Amino acid sequence: MAEVVPGPSIEAVNLSKSFGSFAAVSNLNLKLEGPKCVGFLGPNGAGKTTTLKLFTDLIRPTAGHALINGADVHKAKKTALAHVGSVIETPEIYSSLTPREGLMLICAHRGVPKSERKRKIEEVVEEVKMSEWIDKRTGRFSKGMKQRINVASSLLGDPSVLLLDEPTTGLDPRGMSEVREIVKGLKTRNRLIFMSSHLLAEVSEVCDEVAMIDHGKLLVYDTLSNVTSMFSKGSSTVEVGLNRPLAAGILERSIASIPGVESAQKMDDRNLRIVFKGGLDAQELLLTELTKMGIGVLSFRPAASALEDVYLNLIKETL
Amino acid sequence: MTKIESETGNVVPGSLNQVAVTTRYTFLDYLRSRRFAILMILMLVISAILTFVFAYRRPASALVDPLAFYSTWWGMSATFVVILSGIFFGGDAISSEFQNRTGYFVLPNPVRRSSVYVGKYVAALIAASIVLIIFTLITVSNGLYYFGFNIPGVFWESAFFDWVYLLAVLGFAFFVSSLFKSGSYSILVNAIFLLFAFSLIEGLVAGLVNIEPWFVLTYGAGIVGNVLMSTYPAHYIPAPTTGPGARFAIPSYNATIPEGLVILVAYFIFTAILGLYLFERKEFNA
Repeated sequence: MAEVVPGPSIEAVNLSKSFGSFAAVSNLNLKLEGPKCVGFLGPNGAGKTTTLKLFTDLIRPTAGHALINGADVHKAKKTALAHVGSVIETPEIYSSLTPREGLMLICAHRGVPKSERKRKIEEVVEEVKMSEWIDKRTGRFSKGMKQRINVASSLLGDPSVLLLDEPTTGLDPRGMSEVREIVKGLKTRNRLIFMSSHLLAEVSEVCDEVAMIDHGKLLVYDTLSNVTSMFSKGSSTVEVGLNRPLAAGILERSIASIPGVESAQKMDDRNLRIVFKGGLDAQELLLTELTKMGIGVLSFRPAASALEDVYLNLIKETL
Repeated sequence: MTKIESETGNVVPGSLNQVAVTTRYTFLDYLRSRRFAILMILMLVISAILTFVFAYRRPASALVDPLAFYSTWWGMSATFVVILSGIFFGGDAISSEFQNRTGYFVLPNPVRRSSVYVGKYVAALIAASIVLIIFTLITVSNGLYYFGFNIPGVFWESAFFDWVYLLAVLGFAFFVSSLFKSGSYSILVNAIFLLFAFSLIEGLVAGLVNIEPWFVLTYGAGIVGNVLMSTYPAHYIPAPTTGPGARFAIPSYNATIPEGLVILVAYFIFTAILGLYLFERKEFNA
């Protein structure tokens, strides 16, 4: 009988991992459900990579369970990881294989039907802009090229869960941007993405929710908006990108008078920084009002600096 | 058996299928690797030297009859080819998954570590068997030149024992490889044991404390050469107590054929189980 596991979910239940006397992950309880992108933040040695390794059975938990779609990763690895694509640290393909062969190996392990393998591989390789290298041996690839292939491999088999450990590591600015776009694109395809990163701007841009960890302990897990307003006494900050320079007086007359707005300032001709009071409803109202003004709103997102403030506050508090 | 199926309808293959997949791509990797080319060259060099020595020096004792020929040629070198194959293909087979980070590419997928271990072992066995088959063909070609189709039956027995020895050597090499996360260390330890330490232990245990070294791999492998002797050597040869050099003489042991086979098969089984267990337990932490 075929066993089809419903809905993407990741759950850590009292998950702990110690290396000798050092607790890398300590009694972590975290449940992520449904299609979304969750950023996993924390300083070096906080336990991010360890957590992701526990979710891919690269290491064993000292206590607790790592569950993916309800299946225990350590006890039922094949069931749990059947729906998971991952990039943990910076993997290497066997150096004398080409990307096509390395990805064929992964397709075969993941049970992608033979008739679809060639097409799927070419699709994912195209997505990471490595088509011209698909039949070259990986031994001489740069770190960035290898990482692109790793990202491609995580997309094979259309996994419902993606575990990405600093996926933009080793990539040049263009590569970083391309991987971010890939991740954003995956969000629209009903994927649950759990992505660790040091780059707060990256998380702000890509993720819907944020989990912060330090010394192996979960500090906070909430929506990006709620997290960014944690230390702002109920205020949130958004950055608004415009299609054209803002006409004189609009900022002071119109934008500053939108209900809930505490302050509004130009970062440059086409970017604004607005501090407002309230939660998601206030944010929705603000966006609606800005759009009504016809000022050419191109982007609207929680400010990276707001996330940075929260990050620094929380991490400082655990020292 | 329950099928594991993803939302997209992909059915994760069974473990045996995944062994075959691992074998296929690891073998491809071996075939293209520099080490495969180097091992082939080494084996061809050994064969060329032997061919040259037999053709130009015509050693009378080795050319007296087919058995003497095969005993000299094959008995002297077949186990060495196996040891080289073990070091080249098994020396860092598992440790390289950690050091080269290839484990991070394959293992976070729905595949058991045991499938990867067994698949890699089978690939190494196939690659090493190819080297051994070519060496066998070169041996037989020389034998055909000197003695025609008069190939002693015990040569095929010896070839079979040598292949069983290959099973055990690769099992041992994989086990040692799974002890380390550094490819260099595991190759070094394998080379020390297979080239020197086993023979040294065998000699010391038998000669100095007069105990049969049944627990030493190379002792079991003695059957590869012994079966080609005109008279199979005695199981125990005591040290002479009189005569010249008696003071320095040491006793020696020779494994019987059943005993040798049991030692080789036991090494294969125990090291395979231990290596698998270690690989299952080993963690991918930096």
